[in-house]
Amino acid sequence: MTLGGWVVMCLSVGGVTALLIWCFYKVFTTPGAAERIHSQADIETPDVREEE
Amino acid sequence: MNRQGEPTKEAWGSRLGVILAVTGSAVGLGNFLRFPGLAARYEGGAFMVPYFIALLLLGLPIAWVEWSMGRYGGAHGYNSSPAIFRLIWRNRAAPYFGVLSMIIPVVIYMYYVYIEGWCLAYALRYLCGRMDFGAEPTAYERFFHQFVGWTGDGEALHTSGEGLLGSAVFFLIACFVLNFILIYRGLSKGIEWFCSWAMPALIVCALLVAVRVLTLGTPDPSKPEQNVLNGLGYMWNPTTSNISFCEALCNPEMWLAAAGQIFFSLSVGFGIIITYASYLGKNDDIALSSLTAAAGNEFCEVALGGLITVPAAFVFLGLSFVQDPPGTFGLGFVALPNVFNQMVFGRVVGFLFFFLLFLAAITSSLSMLQPAIALLEEGLGLKRKASVAFLGFITAIGSTFVVYFSKDLKVLDTFDFWVGTFAIYLLATFQVLLYGWVLGVERGWEELNRGAEIRIPHWVKYIIKYVSPVYLLTIFGFWFQQQFLQGPTKPGELTRLQQIQESSVVRFALGFIGVVALLFALLIAQSVKRWNKAERDRKEAAT
Repeated sequence: MTLGGWVVMCLSVGGVTALLIWCFYKVFTTPGAAERIHSQADIETPDVREEE
Repeated sequence: MNRQGEPTKEAWGSRLGVILAVTGSAVGLGNFLRFPGLAARYEGGAFMVPYFIALLLLGLPIAWVEWSMGRYGGAHGYNSSPAIFRLIWRNRAAPYFGVLSMIIPVVIYMYYVYIEGWCLAYALRYLCGRMDFGAEPTAYERFFHQFVGWTGDGEALHTSGEGLLGSAVFFLIACFVLNFILIYRGLSKGIEWFCSWAMPALIVCALLVAVRVLTLGTPDPSKPEQNVLNGLGYMWNPTTSNISFCEALCNPEMWLAAAGQIFFSLSVGFGIIITYASYLGKNDDIALSSLTAAAGNEFCEVALGGLITVPAAFVFLGLSFVQDPPGTFGLGFVALPNVFNQMVFGRVVGFLFFFLLFLAAITSSLSMLQPAIALLEEGLGLKRKASVAFLGFITAIGSTFVVYFSKDLKVLDTFDFWVGTFAIYLLATFQVLLYGWVLGVERGWEELNRGAEIRIPHWVKYIIKYVSPVYLLTIFGFWFQQQFLQGPTKPGELTRLQQIQESSVVRFALGFIGVVALLFALLIAQSVKRWNKAERDRKEAAT
């Protein structure tokens, strides 16, 4: 592991961790964020409801 | 909310739930298996340069593009990509670009569900105590080769006296049936909810494994060079012993693969996001949603996948193995059991890791058929269950080819490159051009920012309009030049075009992709007639 390797690893791992923490911070601190943020996980396709 | 506008305890709970759902939905096989396989193949540290450039200039901007175009299409009553492309670009060719957004998730599903089966098989083998092959690292490689039938076509059909636990075909069928029951009965949402809590468990499990990998030291004193620092060095050093940093960066296929990996793991350029986004309300957030999903995905991929699989493979199996891993997805199935073998409660951790990875994969595969289901419903008027049955038939044929032509996992590799990288690349290029130059970047920007919980910097607009398309087309040009003029970058390797010339199995796999593409082109042609007729009827009714 060279010095360059340590730099690449710290920047890469630190960068993605910082981005994740910032996103969590925004979700926790923005009023109303929980209601308007979505993922594929919580999007129910209408065709499923229709067939029910 | 309380009177001061501060989140209450209940609100904190729902926010945590949202975070778990968004980040959980982003985790899949791409993070722990595909990314390390590619990083190893393209010399680790050098691969990270095009990887992060692709994340910033392609992955995040094009994710926003897809979410915006999808929600725009949904607001106009369309859910399938061909219909949304036709809505945005009033050209007869436009919906036919949607063939890409159909074949990508459908063909990827054909091999993804097979790898899902490997995860389930490994999990159950750990549970039953059938993964203890001793301290000899190559024993795990031999088992993997035998399990997937690496040495010859049709070999995966044999179980070598191990019964169902040794049969890759059995686990493929089990996963295939499970997926279809869940999709057919519309139970995806319940599974997704379950997985939003299971995925944090996978991350905790991966953190434990990462700690064990980082404390491995030198497991075999007779091979002092195979230590964890050298393993980390292979993954992260910008230069390697074989080729210089600049030489490594001059490989266009690495840039193509890095962009392909970003697209694959973020599900960008798949045609999936565009369909799901079309079901959103017009004031829902898409900016922070997609960024949080991408951040969760990148954390799992880089911070966990990057610290575990490649260093572990290097430590146990050496440099030559890491440089030529058994297929893009195979590295983890050989390297990780070696780590679990060295861990306290390794059997339990092995079971949990592969089982949770199986659940992560299920959440991804359940969404893969939705783009095609949306087309069949919207374009042909089929019911959901009929659409699912039709797709079940097509994907069963494809999965059979993947499992039968098992020698060197040739069909899986061909599908993964030509669809899982190349076709995704084409679709992403088309979509970014469509957004920037046809829909119009100002209109698209307005769509993206409506309801946004974060302010996206203004300059991202110019990245989407100018930088992303130029970047994509430049890499594509260099890759074509390499394929036609330069030849392979490593001695003994074949270029993708040479593989087509040399291998009848590769030609057969590409022919199959072509047949599936033709089938979807015919379905889209039929759908266009239906959409045109509906529009004429609406106009006549209005007059």
